[in-house]
Amino acid sequence: MFRNVAELVELAESQGKKISQVMIEAEMEVSQRSREAIMEEMYANLDVMEKAVRRGLTEDIRSHSGLTGGDAKKLQEYMKNKPFLSGPTLLNAVSMSVAVNEVNAAMGTIVATPTAGACGIVPGTLFAVSDKLQPSREDMVNYLFAAGAIGYCIANNAFISGAAGGCQAEVGSATAMAAAAIVEMAGGTPEESAQAVAIALKNMLGLVCDPVAGLVEVPCVKRNAMGAAIATVAADMALAGIKSVIPTDEVIEAMYRIGCAMPTTLKETAQGGLAATQTGRQIEAKIFGVRLDK
Amino acid sequence: MKYKSVFDIIGPIMVGPSSSHTAGAARIGRVARKLFGKQPKRAEITFYGSFAKTYKGHGSDVATVAGILDFDTSDLRLKNSLVIAEKAGMEVSLTTSEILTEHPNTARIKLSDDQATIEVVGVSIGGGKIEVLEVNGFTLQLGFDSPTMLVLHEDRFGMIAAVAKVLTQHRINVGLMEVSRHDRGSRALMAIETDAPVSVEVLEEIRQIPYVFDVSLLSLN
Repeated sequence: MFRNVAELVELAESQGKKISQVMIEAEMEVSQRSREAIMEEMYANLDVMEKAVRRGLTEDIRSHSGLTGGDAKKLQEYMKNKPFLSGPTLLNAVSMSVAVNEVNAAMGTIVATPTAGACGIVPGTLFAVSDKLQPSREDMVNYLFAAGAIGYCIANNAFISGAAGGCQAEVGSATAMAAAAIVEMAGGTPEESAQAVAIALKNMLGLVCDPVAGLVEVPCVKRNAMGAAIATVAADMALAGIKSVIPTDEVIEAMYRIGCAMPTTLKETAQGGLAATQTGRQIEAKIFGVRLDK
Repeated sequence: MKYKSVFDIIGPIMVGPSSSHTAGAARIGRVARKLFGKQPKRAEITFYGSFAKTYKGHGSDVATVAGILDFDTSDLRLKNSLVIAEKAGMEVSLTTSEILTEHPNTARIKLSDDQATIEVVGVSIGGGKIEVLEVNGFTLQLGFDSPTMLVLHEDRFGMIAAVAKVLTQHRINVGLMEVSRHDRGSRALMAIETDAPVSVEVLEEIRQIPYVFDVSLLSLN
């Protein structure tokens, strides 16, 4: 078993394996289950993710509060009709990540990756990159194991929930997980995956969890969008051979320290940040009928 | 290591919007239901901290009731659980408390019918993972990652050895064990997480041990 990203990379490279394979074998050992059983469970996760992406891109999704929904479709329309500026894989990743997180906000079925608030980034990037790379279904499942291996390291050495470490722990972890998995799917080495994790997470450091009215909607949906974009670009940078000056595990440690130092008003309590803006407070008052001067 | 499995990271499959406030709440409700062992007639739920503040927007109330109805985190009936509970003749009451608890996402659930009552305190620690801190006043710290056996017994010498002997005979390895009691010599609760599943026969064998009052097995998977 591995305890951090350095050990994960060392295990993978010394045995000539992919990160996803190391994760599958570790899971077999810990759970005492067969490879088939573990693969089957991940295939089920993949199916749920695929349905969520499709729903978000084709149906008229609207959350209960009415704050979010419909933006994934809007972006797809824009891509069809306008000479868009970023590349199609990037915008597809953004749109698909938004799609999944909109489905989540509307109480639809999703897979927590690693949490529900950040559930768009891993599947969104997966299906967008798959459109480009045309992987097998098994490679798509391996993408989830590679992402899971990084999430496992972050969860055990720092945190993955907004309440514990701010949005850097939630959307930040998902972004780092996706970046590593994209690199592996694109044929990069385990070391390049680790570099992508460091590059992605560095750009999420300090991100506060400040959901308006305490709901997993604003700014969560749009942060899933940007997480997908950062993951994709970080993967490209790592594949180009760019290295993070600060080693990956030290970036994760920095994320942990920042999260510990963050005041509770900025950790999913809806007491600070965007939640505490005039508009944020007005929305909260409207939805929950609370007084504005509280 | 707090997180043991890749499926703690990629998973669970769940109805949105919050893994702590929706999926976690559903799992706490389901643990209480499994401990009660049947559909209760009454469910009294108290939310503390962030659960109390934001349960409406996250559907923590419907999720908890869904769990009490024995629904999984991904069950689409979750959204309509309050109506389903009412149709099934289950009385649900929900209160929020200002009392400060150790963890922000805490729920206290009391389930009862004319014969039995159970009270469970659970916390939702993120990503859909939960811990049960209290069962009928006994303090614990269980994550329900593995099948968990709960043995209610008289607090006297030799009880742990007697239960361990049965497990040894059936080659069942103990992963984690906690013992809790109200007072010395009163009732005690032994909570045992096992690596291998515990069969009905083994449970019955443990139930037959003198001074054991009750045995139940909990698994969330």
